[in-house]
Amino acid sequence: MKDQLIAFLFKYGAITLLILIIFYFTSVSPFFLTYDNFSDILRSISIVTVLALGVTFTLVVDGFDLSVGSTMSLATVFTASLMVWYDLPLWLVLLLPIIVGVLVGLFNSFLIVVIGIPDLLATLSSMYIVAGLYRTYTEGYSIYNHMPLTSGGTAIGEFSNAFLWIGQGHLLGIPVPVWIMIILVLASYCFLNYTRWGRIFYMTGGNAEAATLSGVKVKKIKCMAYVISGIFASIAGILFTSRVGSGQIDAGAPLLMEAVAAVFVGYSVLGAGKPNALGTFFGAAVIGVLLNGLTILNLPYYAFDIIKGTVLVLALAVTYMYAKNKFSTNSL
Amino acid sequence: MSEVVLEMKKMSKSFGKVTALKNGELVVHKGEIHALLGANGAGKSTLMKILSGVYRQDQGEILINHEKATFQHPSDAKEKGIFCVYQEVDTAIVPQLTVAENIMLDRFSQEKGWYFSRKDLHRQAQEALTLLDVNDIDLNQAASKLSLAKKQLVLIARALVQTTKVIIFDEPTAPLSHREAEKLFHVIRQLRVKGIGCIFITHRLPEVFAIADVVTVMRDGCRISTVPIAQITQEMVIEQMLGEVWHEERNVLHSYKRGEEVLALKNLNLGKLQNISLNVYEGEVVGIAGLVGAGKTELAKTIFGNTPAASGEIRVSGKKIQVKHPKTAIACGITHIPEERRKEGLFINETISKNVTFPQLKKYVKGGFINRKAERKATEEVISTLQVKANDVDVEVNHLSGGNQQKIVIGKWLSSEAKVYLFDEPTKGVDIGAKREILKLIQQLAKEGKAILYFSSEIQELLTVCHRVLVMYDGKIVKEFAQKEATQEKILLYASGGKEVNHEGPIDRISI
Repeated sequence: MKDQLIAFLFKYGAITLLILIIFYFTSVSPFFLTYDNFSDILRSISIVTVLALGVTFTLVVDGFDLSVGSTMSLATVFTASLMVWYDLPLWLVLLLPIIVGVLVGLFNSFLIVVIGIPDLLATLSSMYIVAGLYRTYTEGYSIYNHMPLTSGGTAIGEFSNAFLWIGQGHLLGIPVPVWIMIILVLASYCFLNYTRWGRIFYMTGGNAEAATLSGVKVKKIKCMAYVISGIFASIAGILFTSRVGSGQIDAGAPLLMEAVAAVFVGYSVLGAGKPNALGTFFGAAVIGVLLNGLTILNLPYYAFDIIKGTVLVLALAVTYMYAKNKFSTNSL
Repeated sequence: MSEVVLEMKKMSKSFGKVTALKNGELVVHKGEIHALLGANGAGKSTLMKILSGVYRQDQGEILINHEKATFQHPSDAKEKGIFCVYQEVDTAIVPQLTVAENIMLDRFSQEKGWYFSRKDLHRQAQEALTLLDVNDIDLNQAASKLSLAKKQLVLIARALVQTTKVIIFDEPTAPLSHREAEKLFHVIRQLRVKGIGCIFITHRLPEVFAIADVVTVMRDGCRISTVPIAQITQEMVIEQMLGEVWHEERNVLHSYKRGEEVLALKNLNLGKLQNISLNVYEGEVVGIAGLVGAGKTELAKTIFGNTPAASGEIRVSGKKIQVKHPKTAIACGITHIPEERRKEGLFINETISKNVTFPQLKKYVKGGFINRKAERKATEEVISTLQVKANDVDVEVNHLSGGNQQKIVIGKWLSSEAKVYLFDEPTKGVDIGAKREILKLIQQLAKEGKAILYFSSEIQELLTVCHRVLVMYDGKIVKEFAQKEATQEKILLYASGGKEVNHEGPIDRISI
């Protein structure tokens, strides 16, 4: 009975939870189940989802990238500085932060693959290094239009409308960031589940030793996963800058936990039992709906971390209890 | 007959849809060495895991000294005097602690009180070792420095400081050299004198006849028979295990004319491997014999590029190749069936299909995406060629028995254009039926013109399947035998250093 319950929660837990939450909030608030509100929820989870996709890739190869929050913050202020301080053309404003993300990914892989520091510790360290980097870069200030510069005078550039459209615009009635999220989720899903590389990623995570002996260059695969994670974090950073129209310092820090929680809630979507792109999206949706509903109910924002943490614990509990049961029955 | 110490009645256990144990029965008397035999999947491990408290039975009861016992946890079993010496001794040893502390470990965890007298500890540990007639282990040594065989003895000593009634030995001799195994038997006989019931699980039949008093054979989750050793023969045991008459297969080698050279190693060096040179020709099966620790696995991994050679050269079909990674070896037509199947050969939580197609995944890609249909078809082919017992290509490899898992590991490479196959102990832990099929498959590959290196410590198998046998000892190739001149005794002699004179007569190491 207990085993069956865990198995059920493992397969349908996230979806059941999502439905229950939606029912509950619909019954207590007339504003919850409206098109505008749902459009709002999707827009609010788009950035977390993109960030969480990066974490998903690293978890697929049996790694774990804790530095995504910092990397996103770095991309946020860097993007803003390129517009406001240097007034660069849009394509450079979009490209350069992504290159920075790649560099952070390469640095992480260097620590993990070349030096051999365990993933969690390596990315924990680089999380602090990156945080220090962007704070130093902006001297601790957020970046906004015509901000006064420490060197005297005001910044020469401002956020262009084309750039702001990425985070604030609509396409066919749906917010642009939501489109970007949908495209990235589907692309990640197809990549991980239907291509040779995706298979190689999963196999590397499943058993690195066996993958090596099947001819996979495991180090290269791990490196790729961390670079992808860096790129996704940068995209999240760009989206954030465009969404709020300024370069908020420490923008990514609170999103790290949400992203990680989303991925682990995603483990138990339809019983995948492993990190997967669609699950990550559902995970982000569960958290997004929950937070939105609680906002409508006037729960103070400073209590939100309790909710986020609890969701993560529940997701982890179901995943690990299921794994424990499964392994004890499998080892004949 | 002496008193019954342990009785397991009508034990059953299933895992989901898989029934591992239907009707397990076992009666062990005081001071009896009781061999528990059965092919893979016969249910003996499950029965033993229930006995040691790892699993709970669905039905059935356990009586210890005629009293009903229920185990919720391994510690309950220990409390009742059931002790298990696992094959992987390292999981039970704390390497940083001394031998004495390791022997007394369970006492630490059970006894109350804050203070331990070092002197008492040593005295009791020493007593245990003396009881076992073991005098070459230093109590103050760190356990990590001990050889595998000595670690086993430490575990047995640990059982002795408790009030142990039954000790389970789960394939204790598999990793031991012949001499170490003899020593272990001596210790087990000491336990018999002390009145402890020993349950002995092994795949090596001659050992059973060397040491056991009583034999219980299991098949398909049921007990088939329990008889005193004097009333049964090896043939009968095998027949009961398989449920069919067994013919020993020997000299079924196909006639073979030396073809072109396919694999050549010249003066390969790495770590303990010294100046390894050898050639393998088209259609030839060359055996590499050697005891555990002789360097067989290291050699296989070096050829395959997992641990690239420090110096020396490798040629495939006359072309010199540089293998720095298995990827290059595979591209050059070398394949490797590793010894540690679950750890190195399989993605245990993935489906058969994903395992089988993985090394050749490029073949199944169409327009950037994996063609699931082609994948399925190829896997079905492998399953039928190798007669894997599985309902579907999407079954997780975890659910298969050891022999079938091994077939999947081999199946991974069947569709490749490989010329060289390195088999590292391919029959380890598989039952006799699957073993026969694997050996047949290797001969089939040879007939197709593949060059095969067969690394094994099972000499009987080498004699059955190889055209030539090279003997390794301590990282060197010390002797070459043609199939005609090779015998068990000669190979064993060289494999154990060439100095040991064998007084005990032929040791038949048929294993099952």
